[in-house]
Amino acid sequence: MLKIIVCIKQVPETDKVRLDPETHTLIREGVQAIINPFDLYALEAGLRLKEAQGGQVTLLTMGPPQAEAALREALGYGADEARLLSDRAFAGADTWATALTLAQAVRKLGGADLIFTGKQAIDGDTAQVGPMLATILGIPYVAWARKLTWAGDGVLEVERLLDHGYDALRVRLPAVVSVVKEINEPRVPSFKAKMQAKKAVIPTWTLADLELDPHEVGLAGSFTQVVRVFPPPARGESEIWRGDPQELAARLWARLKELGRR
Amino acid sequence: MDYLLTEEQQMLQDLARRIAYEKIKPARARLDEAEEFPWEILKDLAQADLAGTIIPEQYGGLGMGAFENVLLLEALSEGCVGVAVSFAASFLGAYPIMLYGSEEQKQTYLPGIAQGNTLAAFALTEAQAGSDASAIATTAAKDGDAYVLNGTKQWITNAGVADVNVIIALTDKAKGPRGASAFIVHKDDPGVSFGKKERKMGIRASVTREIILEEVRIPKDRLIGREGQGFIITMKTLDLARPGAGAMAIGLAQSALDEAASFAKERHQFGQPIFAIQAVQHMLADMAVRVEASRALVYAVARYIDTDPKDFSKEAAMSKVFATDMAMQVAIDAVQVMGGHGYMRDYPVEKMMRDAKILQIFEGTNQIMRNIIGLALSKEYTKKK
Repeated sequence: MLKIIVCIKQVPETDKVRLDPETHTLIREGVQAIINPFDLYALEAGLRLKEAQGGQVTLLTMGPPQAEAALREALGYGADEARLLSDRAFAGADTWATALTLAQAVRKLGGADLIFTGKQAIDGDTAQVGPMLATILGIPYVAWARKLTWAGDGVLEVERLLDHGYDALRVRLPAVVSVVKEINEPRVPSFKAKMQAKKAVIPTWTLADLELDPHEVGLAGSFTQVVRVFPPPARGESEIWRGDPQELAARLWARLKELGRR
Repeated sequence: MDYLLTEEQQMLQDLARRIAYEKIKPARARLDEAEEFPWEILKDLAQADLAGTIIPEQYGGLGMGAFENVLLLEALSEGCVGVAVSFAASFLGAYPIMLYGSEEQKQTYLPGIAQGNTLAAFALTEAQAGSDASAIATTAAKDGDAYVLNGTKQWITNAGVADVNVIIALTDKAKGPRGASAFIVHKDDPGVSFGKKERKMGIRASVTREIILEEVRIPKDRLIGREGQGFIITMKTLDLARPGAGAMAIGLAQSALDEAASFAKERHQFGQPIFAIQAVQHMLADMAVRVEASRALVYAVARYIDTDPKDFSKEAAMSKVFATDMAMQVAIDAVQVMGGHGYMRDYPVEKMMRDAKILQIFEGTNQIMRNIIGLALSKEYTKKK
């Protein structure tokens, strides 16, 4: 039986987000909170794998108490259970502190065969928590999955969506996989699951429950802080090089040095 | 207006609306143009457990009543009545089994319908038997442990896609309407075939075909209820379905009003949005009044039905006739408000106008509805003397 964890994040509804010009943070007041849309594809991937191979889907999120609503909504799609990681000490966490907290929750759940995330959250857009989570847990990370095939024997075949096509790889579980929206069409919630979700008991795990040091989490455990928020510059031209890996590596190194001198 | 829905009813309505706006609305123009059956959307509705809305819980459904059915069909019809009809036709096929079926029939058919794996259909109409349902000519002859059915049913919604078809046929020609009985016929029973797909004015996402029965031999336990109960079963089924037709009318009309009012805010003529022109604004006001009055009536009738009254033919007919006549008028007015734009297929209101027309015709024409209401009134006033 596969143990599947799906990490979700509650985010403000995209088209209504504004930035505070002073603090460079998101103005969340009066904006409806939704499940990060990419996470719904991650949830669908988890549910489909469960339906095909048997298993259990556990939802995980870190956030303020109201993030419980996102878990309850996600249970309405058919996930089996959920955990909310919430504590004042977690507030202000950057991606590392978030990943560290999630990793501890994964351990407390007894580990997992597969951890799904969306490719990124639409509020911060960092795409960092997934890879950091895998790093902390010491398991492989596969980004941008657009297709999953169960190869049996604890091996998953993954097609990763890239800018110029895709690559295919095999990964031995356990692993963290982030998904892109091309992977599936999320189902509609089910009435019966929504009714159950309404009554579901969602345990909240605090700093104490996770047995973490307060200095490791939240603002205290964060290496980064937001200085300024601005739209990224448009991407430049891209080139495709083909050839022998050694030769390509040398060429790339030379180019990077050249760019670094500018 | 707030109709004081319970939390459960609100949840059902939200879920149905979500499917209407996220799944049905983006697909409706394509389904209409291509006259394509909405398989994908029916799958979504099944996934959402909504295929079982009216099916009792012990058969895998949600066990909800007439009012919830109305909320559901109204919400889906805000997206597309063609899709809503394809979905609701399955309930029409399920009612006879729910109301009069044996325990074994219920266990055989209802769970599949509730899960959305099985589609159902109800077949009464024939070439010479429309409003005059007593003129049906399809026969079912008892032959040992079997019945042998012969005849042709016309304009049957979901014919050919439904696995389970409830067929009304005469077991005793001499008795007229009292000689009719209801049978369950499977799509793949030997001798069953289907006519060509009818080319309709509206609700083109739904399938309408003939069901042709040639020496169709079915086991005798496919009879629903008893011989001779066919017309009672039909009347009870249609009584339950009629507020549903009214609900589709409200959904369609609300959607037409939404389109027309939004358009009127954007469209400028004579240096102002046409919404500000009184001639237009009064039309929109009338549309809004009619929609709300119909909603209030349909909801009230559905809630009345859920109190389990002995006879509600009159009320059911009232909800159908009032709301569907309203929807036709509102759809016509929506096209008028939008003018040339409304007449173009790039905008959804011309489709709504085509779809609205069938609501006045099927599940008993609106003239037959008035007969039913008139008959009930006549009885009431005779008693009062």
